[in-house]
Amino acid sequence: MRAVFKHELSSCFSNMTAYVFGGFLLLFTGIYVMVYNLQNATVNFEYVLGSMSFVFLIIVPILTMRVLAEERRQKTDQLLYSLPLTMTQVVLGKYFALLAVFAAPMLIVCLYPLILSAYGNVNLAGSYSAIFGFFCLGAALIALGVYISSVTESQAVAAGLCFVVMLCNYFISDLSGFASSTAYASLASLAVVILLVCLVVYLMTKSGVFAFGLGAVLEAGLIGLYLWDSSRFEGLFPEIISQLSLFERFYAIVNGVLDLTAIVYYLSVSGVFLFFSVQSMEKRRWSE
Amino acid sequence: MIEVKHLTKRYGSHTAVSDLSFTIEKGQIYGFLGPNGAGKSTTMNIMTGCLAATEGQVKIGGFDIFEEAEQAKKLIGYLPEQPPLYLDRTPREYLSFVARAKKIPEKKIPEELERVMAVTATLDVADRLIRNLSKGYKQRVGIAQAILGDPEVIILDEPTVGLDPRQIIEIRDLIRQLGKEHTVILSSHILSEVQAVCQTILIISKGRLVACDTPDNLERLFAGTNTVELVAEGTEEEIRRILADVTLGQVASLRDLGDGSCFIKLQSDQSKGNAVCRELFFAFSKAGKPILRMTTTRASLEDVFMELTNGEKEDGK
Repeated sequence: MRAVFKHELSSCFSNMTAYVFGGFLLLFTGIYVMVYNLQNATVNFEYVLGSMSFVFLIIVPILTMRVLAEERRQKTDQLLYSLPLTMTQVVLGKYFALLAVFAAPMLIVCLYPLILSAYGNVNLAGSYSAIFGFFCLGAALIALGVYISSVTESQAVAAGLCFVVMLCNYFISDLSGFASSTAYASLASLAVVILLVCLVVYLMTKSGVFAFGLGAVLEAGLIGLYLWDSSRFEGLFPEIISQLSLFERFYAIVNGVLDLTAIVYYLSVSGVFLFFSVQSMEKRRWSE
Repeated sequence: MIEVKHLTKRYGSHTAVSDLSFTIEKGQIYGFLGPNGAGKSTTMNIMTGCLAATEGQVKIGGFDIFEEAEQAKKLIGYLPEQPPLYLDRTPREYLSFVARAKKIPEKKIPEELERVMAVTATLDVADRLIRNLSKGYKQRVGIAQAILGDPEVIILDEPTVGLDPRQIIEIRDLIRQLGKEHTVILSSHILSEVQAVCQTILIISKGRLVACDTPDNLERLFAGTNTVELVAEGTEEEIRRILADVTLGQVASLRDLGDGSCFIKLQSDQSKGNAVCRELFFAFSKAGKPILRMTTTRASLEDVFMELTNGEKEDGK
């Protein structure tokens, strides 16, 4: 794993990625600090990070688009497969290298509250927990980007897809307000979601019996639950959707609640997408 | 050293490799020979763990390539058809990554890099970006990557494709050198190449192993017949009369060339090689018809190859 880590890290620094990523991040932080802290004379550094969280939509694709897609296009993945490395080592090595690239500008960001505190009364605990939350959010989004990069061999497609998925996630809690909150509407939406999941399962496994069986069991369970207690379905679908938002939990941290569940949430999202990436790399061996 | 058992690979309904079994002994150079699309690369990819087999098993030094991948892969160095190079690195950076991934102790890495770069003659380009190297140098960096860490088995997929004749000769010499201490498996669709370098040839056609032997044996085994071609003076009728007395060979074709001479093609058993010529000579001289030209050709490996791979096609129909 250390070999992959070192290699990925040095290639991020040799092909500009790390500089563009870090440059963007620091540029945005600088502008927001100017506007929020200096111009408006507030001392809350955490709001700077809160307002600029959309910067991830731009910088995460820059960082992650080539990480696995390019290996596939250049056929260097054949080298990775034939070396005595497991795919878990490859994916983790690359992921930690990207985290290191992300951590470098974040260390500079860590200086901001200290500098500001020389001129005013900065809430250091709040600022640093926001920086920590910001890093965790970024780590989860980078894992998502790594996974998206593993499913395609074109960097452009990986970047576009990654942007769109993150954009949806960014606005998801606003959008969830538009979903109807009646019990019946939730039931119908969940039924459709199950059908979509089964379609994906069918496309991936090519086993009609399994997908159909899974769909039947899940739909039956759903209808059973609805008949048993329909009141629980009220507002359920919008609630589920808004729970998917990665950004919403970060805003809670910005507002001063360093919630352990949020950190666990970010860690599990990263874990799930890294697991998917490993599986997607393994799958290439079967279908190539 | 390597055991391949009942290997099958299907892509949907297309069968790329079907029921391939062979064993590879230590310390020899093996050649995979077959037309394009015969399944050579697929087989090599499966043997090195880059591709999963639909059925069958591959064991490298007793380790299953899938079950005990790490131990098995430590024994192999692999150069795929397209050298897997990171274009934005220099050969030195690239090779040191591979060396670390192969778990060569950190202290030995510089020494090992010097060694493989010296063997593959890539020292003068060690610090240039791989992107800017010529095809020949890229191929050599690829080979350097495969022989890093001195693996017991070196698998090279079409190592000389796209190189100029001088580079081809150099790479062949390099492969011969490697063959002294390692087991080398290389694939090619160029016959002369395999014939020049390999001690054992495996001919693959349509995903099946159709022959496995030394080049000489293959020629002997399949080239059971000699062909004698001659041009002699005389009309077709006269010549047919003369040939009726010749007992050792069968006439394969007879054609009047229109200038008072005929072209004749005879086939005979290889063992009767010169006897046929002698008999023909005396038969024609007795009849007073001069032989203008006479040549014997032994079936070459090329013919064997054509016969084996074409025969397979007909069976397939």
